[in-house]
Amino acid sequence: MSEPLLSVYGLKTNFDTRHGLLRAVDDVSFSLDRGEILGLVGESGSGKSVTGFSLLGLIEAPGRIAGGSIRFDGQELVGASIDILRSIRGRRIAMIFQDPAMTLNPVLTIRQQMKLAYDAHQSGNTGDFTARALEVLSKVGIPDPAARIDAYPHQFSGGMRQRVAIAIALMHRPDIIIADEPTTALDVSIQAQILAEMRGLAQETGTALIWISHDLATIAALANRIAVMYAGRIVEQGTTAALIRAPRHPYTQGLLNSRPDRFPPKAKLPQIRGAMPSLSNLPQGCAFAPRCQFATDLCRSAIPPWSGTLHDGFACYHPLERTP
Amino acid sequence: MVSFIVQRIAQGIVVMAAMSLLVFLGVYAIGNPIDVLLAPDATQEIRTQTIARYGLDRPLYEQYGQFVWRVLHGDLGRSFVFNMPVTDLIFMRLPATLELTLAAVLGATVIGIPLGIYAGYRPQSRTARWIMAISVIGFSVPTFWIGLVLILTFAVTLGWLPAGGRGETANLFGIEWSFLTGNGLKHLLLPALNLSLFKLALMIRLARAGTREIMLTDTVRFARATGQSETTIIRHHVLRLISIPLVTVFGLELGSTLAFAVVTETIFSWPGVGKLIIDSIQSLDRPVMVAYLVLVSLLFIAINFVVDLCYVALDPRMQKG
Repeated sequence: MSEPLLSVYGLKTNFDTRHGLLRAVDDVSFSLDRGEILGLVGESGSGKSVTGFSLLGLIEAPGRIAGGSIRFDGQELVGASIDILRSIRGRRIAMIFQDPAMTLNPVLTIRQQMKLAYDAHQSGNTGDFTARALEVLSKVGIPDPAARIDAYPHQFSGGMRQRVAIAIALMHRPDIIIADEPTTALDVSIQAQILAEMRGLAQETGTALIWISHDLATIAALANRIAVMYAGRIVEQGTTAALIRAPRHPYTQGLLNSRPDRFPPKAKLPQIRGAMPSLSNLPQGCAFAPRCQFATDLCRSAIPPWSGTLHDGFACYHPLERTP
Repeated sequence: MVSFIVQRIAQGIVVMAAMSLLVFLGVYAIGNPIDVLLAPDATQEIRTQTIARYGLDRPLYEQYGQFVWRVLHGDLGRSFVFNMPVTDLIFMRLPATLELTLAAVLGATVIGIPLGIYAGYRPQSRTARWIMAISVIGFSVPTFWIGLVLILTFAVTLGWLPAGGRGETANLFGIEWSFLTGNGLKHLLLPALNLSLFKLALMIRLARAGTREIMLTDTVRFARATGQSETTIIRHHVLRLISIPLVTVFGLELGSTLAFAVVTETIFSWPGVGKLIIDSIQSLDRPVMVAYLVLVSLLFIAINFVVDLCYVALDPRMQKG
């Protein structure tokens, strides 16, 4: 088997705060193949966004990548120089964010912003900027791009703004797009449209996607593979079909059980009792143990090791049985 | 856009009308100019004649009406003390104040904004701490004291720069300017420095606060994620996004310094309008005071108008409203 496009081993990202050292991402490992869609799911504060930012070296003080390895297309990104990282950002690995109203610069036209992103990478640019800009804008479904390119972000709706951000991400034909909850701030109907379009675009261009979301249902509809994060760690990973049908980790099971579409109307929804512990106050052993019905003394004293591969596996002493 | 301009001009006219009334009443309340105009031993006949000549025997509303009428015809009256048209008097002094103010405010802006952006970009660095120390001094030490220290240091002790006056001037567009001659520049340096310190501190703080705020936004993160360099981010994103408060303060400071550079002008015997207004208050030279204050209001309205136009140019979101 050829080397995957992106392999992450034992990634650790810490934040040195007044409340002590926060391990926002702790020993995270996964891999991504060309054209694959990986869903990274977890509650707020589980470290999924920090994982995304770490891949691009976009962690700012007081945070820092404290260990591990990120190999992208044969190149090590942990500890790489800012010039190397910058040559990868936007050109090889692009990123889109949660709220397009906050990410686009309100005082620059779409053309100006696209030009800045375009000019960030001189090499590899063949042909005309305007032509390329209009091409990606129409690819993401902006009607009449030639007229709209000189508009300002506030003249677009939320969904259109996110499409513009996606167009900017597509401009240099990246190998990977990291999407950090890009549909959370949008209406449900627009969400569905953008999801469908992103899947189409990824297939068409061969771009791999890392889709970060707290919404397992969204991810299940989009991703080939899912990694579930809890308190800075990946607790389970596997193909979407297997993970949805037969989860191994009790937390994944809990997330699946909380989906409202599985229950009749007006029935009481089961929930995972308790709340995710704060990163500054993690329990010893498995972070999920206090909320887990299967937890034993072993769970409360030692962090469960990963059983499986970079593609598939779980971290639990008492995995759920895989029913045939 | 046109309606915006028309609306602003209409507002300006209302403000001017209100200001002229306030100024007229205020000056009327502070004393009888006849005591200044005439020698104490003047006869009753001369007194009556003078009072009639200046229209001081008319009711207040009539005096105000006449004043407004004359102003509308470009006549702001004659100075009691200098016995020459007030407009000539003010415009004779204005270039001196104008060049001093522009030197101070522009200097403070051009130096203060980059320093402030740096301090906001690297808030933990040693340089940033020094920059902030300078801004605290600029804020807290009174202008007159810094002026005196500057004179004592550079004029008295070191003898590098002159202590006062405008020095040699050169003619441009029929007006005498100091900044066009080497000697005049030397004279301009200390008062401009003195006047600019507070504004420098202000610009540093504004630019720093704005930069710190913008650097944490997703706009900057997104720009970084597209591979843009830090220089590009500062130049194209941060500078544009922090410019609105900077333009506001620039306008306010320009106006207030033009109008009230009194302290610095007095310390450095700079023959500008600030000294003129102080002298006219002391001698109860009513036409000068009134005309000066009316011109200052006009100046503020004009500057605010330009600032508003800059807002629209800088932030497209304002074009609708």
